[in-house]
Amino acid sequence: MALLETHDLTAFYGHFQALYGISLTLQAGETVAIIGANGAGKTTFLKTVVGLIKAQPSAVQFAGEAIGSRRAADIVRRGIALVPEGRRLFPSLSVEENLLVGGYVSRHSGPWGLERVYQLFPALAERRDAPATALSGGQQQMVAIGRGLMSNPRLLLCDEISLGLAPIVIRDIYAVLPGVKAQGTSLLIVEQDIIRALSVADRVYCFQEGRVTLSGHPQDLTKDSIHAAYFGV
Amino acid sequence: MEAGVDVSAAPSPAPRFAVRTTTRLSSVGVIAAVGLVAALVVLPAFADRRLIQDLFFVLTMLVLAQSWNLLAGYAGLLSVGQQAFVGLGGYALFALTIMAGFDPALAVVLSGVIAGIVAVPTAFIVFRLQGAYFAIGTWVVAETMRLVLAQVKQLGGGTGTSLPPVVTGAMVGLDAVRRLFDVRGSAARDVIAYWMALTLAILTLGSIYALLRSRRGLALAAIRDSELAAESCGVNAFRTKFFVYVMTAILSGSTGALIYLQKARISPDAAFSLLDWTADVIVIVVIGGIGTLEGPILGVLMFYALQTYFAATGTWYLMLLGGVAIALMLFAPKGLWGLLSERFDVQVFALRRTLLTSNVLDKDAGTSTSEKP
Amino acid sequence: MVGWVDTIVQGVLLGGLYALYATGLSVIFGIMRLVNLAHGDVMVLSAFLVLVLSTAGINVIAAAAMVAPLMFVLGYVLQSLVLNRTLGRDVLPPLLITFGLSIILQNALLELFSADSRRLHVGALDTASLALGGGIAVGIMPLICFLVAIAVIVALNLLFFRTTLGRAFRATSDDVETAQLMGIDNRVIYAIAMGIAFLICTLAGVFLGARANFDPSIGPARLIYAFEAVIIGGLGSLWGTLAGGIVVGLAQTIGAHINPEWQILAGHLAFLGVLVVRPRGLFPRAVD
Repeated sequence: MALLETHDLTAFYGHFQALYGISLTLQAGETVAIIGANGAGKTTFLKTVVGLIKAQPSAVQFAGEAIGSRRAADIVRRGIALVPEGRRLFPSLSVEENLLVGGYVSRHSGPWGLERVYQLFPALAERRDAPATALSGGQQQMVAIGRGLMSNPRLLLCDEISLGLAPIVIRDIYAVLPGVKAQGTSLLIVEQDIIRALSVADRVYCFQEGRVTLSGHPQDLTKDSIHAAYFGV
Repeated sequence: MEAGVDVSAAPSPAPRFAVRTTTRLSSVGVIAAVGLVAALVVLPAFADRRLIQDLFFVLTMLVLAQSWNLLAGYAGLLSVGQQAFVGLGGYALFALTIMAGFDPALAVVLSGVIAGIVAVPTAFIVFRLQGAYFAIGTWVVAETMRLVLAQVKQLGGGTGTSLPPVVTGAMVGLDAVRRLFDVRGSAARDVIAYWMALTLAILTLGSIYALLRSRRGLALAAIRDSELAAESCGVNAFRTKFFVYVMTAILSGSTGALIYLQKARISPDAAFSLLDWTADVIVIVVIGGIGTLEGPILGVLMFYALQTYFAATGTWYLMLLGGVAIALMLFAPKGLWGLLSERFDVQVFALRRTLLTSNVLDKDAGTSTSEKP
Repeated sequence: MVGWVDTIVQGVLLGGLYALYATGLSVIFGIMRLVNLAHGDVMVLSAFLVLVLSTAGINVIAAAAMVAPLMFVLGYVLQSLVLNRTLGRDVLPPLLITFGLSIILQNALLELFSADSRRLHVGALDTASLALGGGIAVGIMPLICFLVAIAVIVALNLLFFRTTLGRAFRATSDDVETAQLMGIDNRVIYAIAMGIAFLICTLAGVFLGARANFDPSIGPARLIYAFEAVIIGGLGSLWGTLAGGIVVGLAQTIGAHINPEWQILAGHLAFLGVLVVRPRGLFPRAVD
């Protein structure tokens, strides 16, 4: 049984259809990447999985349970966490408070806690009392990821964690992902940086205008096929 | 057969667009409206005084309801302080007639203007607030006016005053009406007030309709949907909202002047009553359908029915009104007209702009080039 | 001279009462951008409930302790069942619903208790006063009220800044969607917040009823004073709300000192003045 499965998932913003039947699977322990151009529906997909956008109950299954129509707060309690696009840190809260809020959900205990997150991102420990939004972009991204880990999720969704960051910072951020994976968290990553995505993922999906246009293992995909799937030509 | 220009390869004409707002129902509506107005004008010849007074109430509430609807439903300015201008208009009328000797009919017009003038600095103050706080801010402004006017001893101070006979007897046309309909002075006053109310109501509907069909009306609709998006298209939201605020102040002020001319007695608590000039008005608009022109018309009729049957029960009537407001917001936020127009997709006041493209235009005009001789 | 000092002292103490009125309003708006137009009437309701119990022989403090949890539940239920259904971008529904509630409360109380003026009696504290020297005396009840206002603000700040629930409140206030991603159910947060506001209203109601006569119709005026205090103080700061309350209190007592008929008007003018000169209030929160 896959950890996450979507069956023909559709999603709407009002009358506007953003997803046209996405079917995707993710096995426990896997890292799956979703690539695609702006507006392809990648963020919409993650938001639907985590419950910010409503779907049909059985269109999304997590650990065998139909969660498509559940509310976000409910789904997070079941073990999915989202590192949202743009980080979305809480401006009124300090770095440490942002992390603590991430642990609001009291799930079965796991490896991740405040000290563990500070070990993963030492720069944050020094600035734990600073207002979260006063940090640099890269450090804010670390807070956002750490915040996502604090609930000890079984599945961590990462939405464009490289956005707006310098290459060296991106490298440092991505360097922690294997450690996260080793602790037993599965990863579903949305990335515009194709090279990054291919280098870290076990499997890749390509979205284009709300549809899956390509999927497979990175080593099996050619540059041309990716190009075609990405741009829809 | 000579080789020549291939006519069939001529470039297709540039696409044409037009915006149409009239619908069949609205055209019918115009004719019906004219007939209705004519009937209402000659009504005093047949109706008893009670009906004239009731219609006066309906018409003045209609003006207030359309004003509030324009403010809150179209401009997004949720005011709970419209009574400020109603009361101000009433007091302006009393001041102009008692202290300055103006003719009452003229004074009604001037009172509206005065209300509009006062609305200018008021707008600058209350526009500093948003949303629910804007609402309470307008309420505070109304309370301030009430307290200030309660200090004016020449107009009765806290207990108020009445219009002296020299004023009530001076209305233009009073003698003519008395002779025409064979009624006494006070009844004649009611008739004239009624005609003035009818005129004001028609002017109100006309001016609001004209506004909504104008470019400014389009800007309003854009602001209502998303102020930020509208501004990025070049709409000056502040100026548009300011215009609407002053316009509704003038309308409310004139109505207040008219109402208190007819009542001939004013006091601060009555003139600035939240319940009478705002709460009732809001219920009217919401029952009928906020954000539509047809809504307040329906609403005022329903409210009139409600009041006729239940007002005698005092506190229970008010509790009923409160309950109605709550129930409406929970279950029918678009009001009666909203339900009807969604179900049947109708509009009596032609306001929906339909974009017509070349195909439709040509077909309508009978000049479709696809027609073969 | 003594007259002026006394006026100022009275104004500050009155400010404490107004701050108590305003704190609940400030909390609700801060967390869910909602204004309860029935806020004043809820205070009056609490005063009447305490009155009923005290008439039955229970002393006012104990009565208040019994009414407070009931009011918390009332607020929680109101938010859960009714107001949570109107969350969204549109400002009209919650405004109109709380407006309707205000009218219903006033008239229901009118039916139950008539329009007669009532008073809560606290025994000797009713008229007890403390001499401050120089001919100035302050009533014990107004002084206690001021101290309670401070205590409430301290308690709320402790809640918001030192507890998990408080963090959840602040996160929800910042970004409700992302707060949901933390597993925070905003519907529950809002209900608790409304419950807390009703709780504070109970305290405010007790002092309202003990200080002066009350009847079913005085709610709306209290709402206005509370609102003025919040705006003058600046959104997002509870201590600012206390400052705002004091400004309104001072304006009113100074106005009354000049001419008793000008008391309320002076408060309104001070509010309008601050709005013109400092639209964001005296101590607005830096982050908006």
